[in-house]
Order: sequence, then C-alpha cells, then structure tokens
Amino acid sequence: MKVWHFSEMAYHPAWPELRDSYRVVVPNRLYDPKIGADLYHRYLDEWALCDELGINIMTNEHHATATCADSVCTIPMAILARETKKVRLLALGMPIGNRNDPIRVAEEYSMLDVISRGRIEMGFVKGVPFEISPANTNPADLMERFWEAHDLILKAMTTHDGPFNWEGTHFHYRSVNVWPRPWQEPHPPVWMPVGSPGSAAEAAERGMTIGVLNTGWVRTPPIFEAYRKRAAAAGRPVTPQRLAYMALIGVGTTREEGQRRADQILDYSRTSGIVAPQFMNPPGYASVSQSAQALRMSGGGFRAGRIQSRDGRAIDPRKMTVADAIDAGLSFAGTPDDVFDQLGAFYDHVGGFGHLLMMGQGGVLSHEETVANLTLFSEAVLPRLEELGV
Amino acid sequence: MERIQIGDVSLEVRTAGEGPPLLFLHGGDYVAQNQGFLEKLARRWRVLIPRHPGFGGSARPSGFRTVHDLAYLYLDLLDRQRLGKVVLVGSSFGGWIALEMCVRSVERIGRLVLIDTLGVKFGGREEQDIADIYALPADEVLRRTFFTPERAAPDYSKLDDAEAAAVASDRAATALYGWRPYMHDPGLRQWLHRVRVPSLVIWGQGDRIVSLDYGEKLWRSLSDARFELISEAGHYPHIERPEAVADAIERFARAEVTS
Repeated sequence: MKVWHFSEMAYHPAWPELRDSYRVVVPNRLYDPKIGADLYHRYLDEWALCDELGINIMTNEHHATATCADSVCTIPMAILARETKKVRLLALGMPIGNRNDPIRVAEEYSMLDVISRGRIEMGFVKGVPFEISPANTNPADLMERFWEAHDLILKAMTTHDGPFNWEGTHFHYRSVNVWPRPWQEPHPPVWMPVGSPGSAAEAAERGMTIGVLNTGWVRTPPIFEAYRKRAAAAGRPVTPQRLAYMALIGVGTTREEGQRRADQILDYSRTSGIVAPQFMNPPGYASVSQSAQALRMSGGGFRAGRIQSRDGRAIDPRKMTVADAIDAGLSFAGTPDDVFDQLGAFYDHVGGFGHLLMMGQGGVLSHEETVANLTLFSEAVLPRLEELGV
Repeated sequence: MERIQIGDVSLEVRTAGEGPPLLFLHGGDYVAQNQGFLEKLARRWRVLIPRHPGFGGSARPSGFRTVHDLAYLYLDLLDRQRLGKVVLVGSSFGGWIALEMCVRSVERIGRLVLIDTLGVKFGGREEQDIADIYALPADEVLRRTFFTPERAAPDYSKLDDAEAAAVASDRAATALYGWRPYMHDPGLRQWLHRVRVPSLVIWGQGDRIVSLDYGEKLWRSLSDARFELISEAGHYPHIERPEAVADAIERFARAEVTS
C-alpha cells in the first residue's frame, strides 16, 4: 500500500474570527502574509521530510478560504519536485471544470513531471460546490466542461506530432502543441476524487484512480464496489491500486498522544463545511432530484448527513469527537497498533484499497507534533502495511 | 398542455383564453406562481405560455446554451403558428428573451411588454446592475424579490416530487443560460434601437433584484416606450398585483399607437 501525506495548509490563525462562513465571503484582511509565509514554509518542510520517511506527497487546492491556503495545487509541487528526490507527488488536484485554460493545466503537469523526473500523479477534480463562486464558472454544465477539459488535456499530453486542432463546446484552440511533453508514458497517472457510486463508475470506465474522501464506514463500500463492477464490465483490470481512501491519522507513543494529535487534525473536518448556505448547492451543480429534495427541506437537505456513524446515525461535523471519527471510519488514531488495527478493519470492511491518503497534518497541529506524527507513522505503521497484502 | 415540435425542440406550451394572440415568456423562477395573472390575461387574449427548453419538463437540446437560442426558437414559434401583431410579454429573464427577439425581428410582434426585465448591462464593470441571487442569503433574496415575501413566496415543503423537480430544473436552466455574463448579454444594449415596436415597461416599485433606476434606463433606451410603476410589488409585480399589471397591459393594448 502506498501512503501519501496530505495537508490543506490551513490558515488557522483567522479561524477564531470566523463564525458562519469560513469560505467564499471571508475578506483577506484576515490574512497576514508574514504569518502566512511562516506557515507555507513549515508545511513545505513537512512534505520535504516525507521524502526521507518514505511517505508520498499529496496536495490539493481550494479558493477564497481560510481552511486551505493552497489555492494552486501545483505551486507546492513545483517547489517539492526539486526539493524531493524519491517519493511520488500527487496533486489532487486541479479543478479542471473551473479553470478556463486546460492547455495551461497540461503545461503545468508536464513541466512538473519532467522536473521531478516522472514522479507526478495528476488529479482532476470536480470541486466542491462552494468553489463555483470564486471561479464564477457555470454550475449547470460543470461536468460537461470537466470531461471536455479532461479529454483535451490528455490528448495534449499524448500528442507528439502536433499541433492539432480543438474546437469543442467549451474550449477552442487551433494550434495545440504542449511543450514539454511529460516524462511518463503515455502520461502521468490520472486521479479523480469521487463521492458517489455514479462518479466512481465514470472513473472506472476511464481507468482513473479514485480518491475517496470523508465517506467513512457507511458510504465507502458502495463507491468501491461500483468502481470494481464498472472496471470489470469495461474490461479493465480490477485492482486495489486504483482505489484510494483518505483518513485523518494521529499516531502517538501512547493512545492519549495519538488521539490528541487526531483531535487537532480533526479541526479540518469541523471547519471545512462551515459555508454560508447559499454557496452549498448552486443551481445545476447537483442532480435535479437531489436539488428538489433540498428545496423541500428548505435547502438543508443537500450535503446533510454526509458523515455517518458506523450504525448510520448522522454526525454533526462541527461537534465530531475523535471517538466519533474513529467509529465513522474517518480517522485512525492512537498507538501504532491501534492505527494499524483500525486501518486493517476498515480495509477488510471496504474490500481493500491500494492507497492511503493520510491527513497527517490538519488544523492547528504544530510543526513539531506533525513531524512526530509522520515520523512515528513511518517507523511503526508503514513497515507493517504489507501485511494487508497490497 | 400541448407539445409543439420546432426543429429538435419539443416545446411544452399551454394555451388559455380566446382573442388576439399574446405570448408570455416566464422568468427564471416562480413559474407556477404566474397562474393567476395568466388567467386574467386570458379574459382578453389567446395566451400562449411556453415553458423554456431546460425548464420544468421541457427538454433542452444540447446546442441550446444562450438566450439567443431561446429568442430564435420563439421567433420560429410565431412563424409556425403564423401569428401576427402578437403582444409579447416577458417577465424578468423572459423579458430578456423578448428583447433578444425584438432586436432580431419584430415582423410578427405588435407590442412589447417588459416586466422587471433584465438582460442589459448599463453600469460600469464594478457596478452590479442585477443583484447576485446566487451569492445572497436565501431570505435576503426573498426580501429583494417580493414586496410581501410572507404572502408571495411559495411553501416548498408542500410540493410533491414532480413540482419540486420542476422548480429545480427551472433554477438549473436559469443558471445555464444566465450565469456568465451574469443575467445579461453584453452586446444587447447597442442594438436596442432595433426594438421598433410600441413598448410598455412595467416595474415593481419595490424591486431590489433590478432596481427602479435600471427600469427607467431600460425605458429610456427604447424609442417608443411608456413606463408604468406598480406599487406594493417587487421583482414579479404580476404575481403580487396580477390585476394591476393585467390592467396596465390592457390599457397599453387599447391605446393609440403614436409613433
């Protein structure tokens, strides 16, 4: 199993001043660039350390938010492509339905792939609904734009006798000719985060690796199952290497220490959904039936009940405890044995997966604590993962 | 309910009343709430009430992406039905479609009625002419939309599956056609001189989606237009004051054409 360390590079110093929305409408006067610079450097140091620990690196991006100061997922990767030498670099990823220029995406990923000598893995993401407003992209045809961008980027990265013509519905270029070409053949591995069986099946058809985030004990199995089924139907190899699961991981020399670390990382889950409701379901983003359901519940229906306990109770993410998160399968926390056992139980429950996306830093967890968390994980959990059989 | 085939489009059209033809183009939301007003219009006119492609149960062909497509579709509808001297009435987003039709052809259009219509950009690049209904809290949008929201706003918890799905489709379709540029066509203003048909601009005094000031600018941009203010009404005055708006349209239809 491959392990990837992920942090949202939170700008948590602004959090105490925020109440009803941590995103979209938060003015950046609450951001102090001097504090922000220190935070960027420490988060980058933690990723750089991963190169020595044998943990791969994952970045993401969000916009107009204090929950995630990584607004361009390829910028930390550009730094780390040179600063690291061994581990793989996953940007999960680029919101290609929200970016106006897919060719620029192909260029960024290709450059990164060459500089890192073939260590890039490229994520294409739909983006959460509250990313629509900062990008001002049309929510009603987002996925149509997403798939056109996807097709264009891959064609641009795999065409070596260009230029070629592209006059699609959303993107228009008459001379596509991306330099450099990527290092990896035919192109770097492609990932997509998914949150439903339907989108898992779409990814399976194309052989993409799916990253499943915040779906836990109840919602993950049908997503993985939908992937396996569609991959088999499409004649693609059904392998755990195409399935990734994200968990918040706190490991300590004592159970108390590991859970305390997880508790601080869990501030990610407690804050990331605090968004003014009008940005939660832009029209056309969700299906007609989902939106109709939300309408009848006065808008409260969409995205509600996303976090569930093992026995199906809805958990309010703002009040979630470490015990809740472990029960829900969102967090593995405690001693190295605890973490391994929880991970193993979850692994068996969902039918296996090949990548663990480890949120090893989140919220206010300090640099020293993060280093200790990652180091202990690499020493006492990572070597045992082959016991899981992938 | 009738379906009229126009090219690839199977258009959902309701017809009510007898008399000279009137085409009503609904706004982006509150489509079901137009009913009372349309019944009043049906006392004098044969009212054609299409549901725009993508809205309610009207399918949208994949090539339909802009208000221009809707304008050509309704011009085609008037041709197919061989209608003449049509009274064209548009509310909000529907008024935008009506304007796009008129700058293309007024051959079959007798008079134009614009109710709290958007679609034109008057202000500068940092001015928001049209309130951003997608960025404002829902209760604030309601207060800006209706003069008396507690009376005019529907209770969505009482809708059945099909009704709720129709509203969700309306909202998604409005976003599809109007998201960016936001609820306007940057090129439309320069062609408004082509609206060569007597026009009536009706505005709800309390409209805070598109302000009265915007309504007056629109009125002054049209060569042969009169203006009627409806008190105690917001963005959909024909929903809040159906009788007053229907009366205003009747007076306008009877009035001598001066130009």
